[in-house]
Amino acid sequence: MSILEIVRFAIRGLFINRLRTALTMLGIMIGVASVIILLAVGNGSSKAIQSSLDRLGTNSLQVNSGARGFGGRRGGASATIRKPLTILDATALMDPIQAPDIKQVAPIANVNAACVIGTNTITPSTFVGTWPSYFEASNTQVLKGSYFTNDDVTQGRNVAVIGNTVATTLFGTDNPVGQTIRCGGIPFTIIGTTEVKGSTGFLDGDSLVVIPLTSAENSITGYQPLSSILVEAKSPTATTPAQTEITNILDARHGIKGNASADFSIFNQASLLTTSATSSQTFTTLLGAVAAISLLVGGIGITNIMLVTVVERTREIGIRKAIGAPKGAILSQFLIEATILSLFGGAFGVLLGILGSHFTISGTKPILVPASIFIAFGVSALIGVFFGGYPASRAASLRPIEALRHE
Amino acid sequence: MLQLAVAVVAAEAVDSVVDTQPVIEVQHAIKQYGVGEASIFALDDVSLTIAAGEYVAIMGPSGSGKSTLMNILGALDIMTSGKYFLDGIEISSMDENHLSIVRGRKIGFIFQSFNLIPRTSALANVELPMAYQGVKGAERRERAMVALEVVGLGDRVHHEPTELSGGQQQRVAVARALATRPALLLADEPTGALDTKSTNDLLDLFDQINAAGRTVIVITHEHDVAQRAKRIIRMRDGKIVSDELNKERVA
Ligand SMILES: Nc1ncnc2c1ncn2[C@@H]1O[C@H](COP(=O)(O)OP(=O)(O)O)[C@@H](O)[C@H]1O
Ligand SMILES: [Mg+2]
Repeated sequence: MSILEIVRFAIRGLFINRLRTALTMLGIMIGVASVIILLAVGNGSSKAIQSSLDRLGTNSLQVNSGARGFGGRRGGASATIRKPLTILDATALMDPIQAPDIKQVAPIANVNAACVIGTNTITPSTFVGTWPSYFEASNTQVLKGSYFTNDDVTQGRNVAVIGNTVATTLFGTDNPVGQTIRCGGIPFTIIGTTEVKGSTGFLDGDSLVVIPLTSAENSITGYQPLSSILVEAKSPTATTPAQTEITNILDARHGIKGNASADFSIFNQASLLTTSATSSQTFTTLLGAVAAISLLVGGIGITNIMLVTVVERTREIGIRKAIGAPKGAILSQFLIEATILSLFGGAFGVLLGILGSHFTISGTKPILVPASIFIAFGVSALIGVFFGGYPASRAASLRPIEALRHE
Repeated sequence: MLQLAVAVVAAEAVDSVVDTQPVIEVQHAIKQYGVGEASIFALDDVSLTIAAGEYVAIMGPSGSGKSTLMNILGALDIMTSGKYFLDGIEISSMDENHLSIVRGRKIGFIFQSFNLIPRTSALANVELPMAYQGVKGAERRERAMVALEVVGLGDRVHHEPTELSGGQQQRVAVARALATRPALLLADEPTGALDTKSTNDLLDLFDQINAAGRTVIVITHEHDVAQRAKRIIRMRDGKIVSDELNKERVA
């Protein structure tokens, strides 16, 4: 009895019950496809977080007023008198001796104003008055036109660099460079547009207007404390010592001693990156677990179907044994049936998984994890052998007379 | 043509049987079902010898142990105690794996309920035992076709069991039993589900098969069927009560 012969028996067995065969394969197929797709979604979302954080610049630290907020350092001892952040704080951070790990500093005044041209209007989600160092520290590159200069800041010129969302909202496809818009009622000449940044979470990185700090203070916000100070460390690994240097300098300037709680907080991009990397890893693991469960359910489906098949075909097994089928032939036949079910189900599942990974799923572009294809397919093949093995060996061990008596 | 085919199938069978030895030798067979008070002896010390080329009918009322005997002769079941030699080989001490080989090579079964594989053509059904023996495709097909010709179903080889009458299904079963050229043809109530015409056709076929030299054992409770055999064994309560030649058939 050749194995090819037994394979033919197995295929015939599967063909006789087409609907059942198809449904069982569907179970495995969904299991395999969901492993591939869900892992691709997890992978895609962690890659997306990674790349948007890369765009933001991982060298940068943001110093905010107030102790609360992300990255705040000390625990709550007695409150001290709150001192606002000032330009002097910003310039103090530029001291190369006290702050050797800091490359540059950009004081930021947030502006709350709408920008208008003709009937088009937009309230940028990020509208700041700052120094030219802002562009490098925030990893913002100009695509058309140019950055504003230190001279623009000293002279308090009303010039603006705008992001892509602002440009398209106000000008459509026209070139905005050289045009004049009104922000908070004040005319600003656009001297540059920035490269597309994409969005980070809920924040549209391209809904951006950057103007000189002095012109913001002169014409819109008035003279107020800084909203924040953007600090660029010399390298990604320098962010931690830079954070210490900022703390020391500002503690001294704001008169904070010992365990007193600070009146500023430091937001560290790099530590955010690690946090989100871990959380997206957890997310991927969770998705993987869900997918693994659905693969397991598919496997139980195979066992179930094979058990039913064996019971239903007990008499046939008896006949086969009566006319000389050895135990091995019966065992192989049912084992091969189960393996074919899971192999083909698995193969279709791989196809479906690869296909499904081409679609954007709830805002995430899935990125295939090649290993997941092999693992899902391999596991589904093993499932056939393991889960089909039990019913198959039950079928093969039946004494012919018992099987023949079965009605 | 038909006679020729039967002769071909039978001649090969005779070659394979060592005629000096009995085909079947059963010594003190006991088959006990259950234990203690409720236990019954389906076979109660049965000894039996059947020589090559015999045509034997085993008769007896329902529950007398005929099927139990047939299952043991056919190596489908094992006895509680006793010895059984088939074609010179001791069967009673074999494990299931060897038994399956013996069943395939030495025995052809015919059951009351035909026991064809459902949704499978007559040809494939007849080929099946040869497939399990490892007979190659072309030879298998040819032998199956010859066997189906012998039973008069040469024109129905691609029909599935549900597309055949009871008599035709039973003839497929006979073809399946013959195709492996067994030492022994075992039939348990083969006419139980057939009408008179099909019964006679089948018994004619058994006559031919036996005339060509093959050993045939038919289990039946019908007098007419038993009368076609050359030797009649009667059973009651698991015992052989009589064993005689059929005077009508043996001169
Ligand atoms: N699997 C079994 N379990 C218990 N008793 C059985 C079984 N098979 C047969 N018997 C009993 O053995 C006796 C002989 O049965 P059987 O050989 O089928 O008789 P027959 O074929 O002559 O009608 C009966 O009394 C029957 O009830
Ligand atoms: Mg019976």
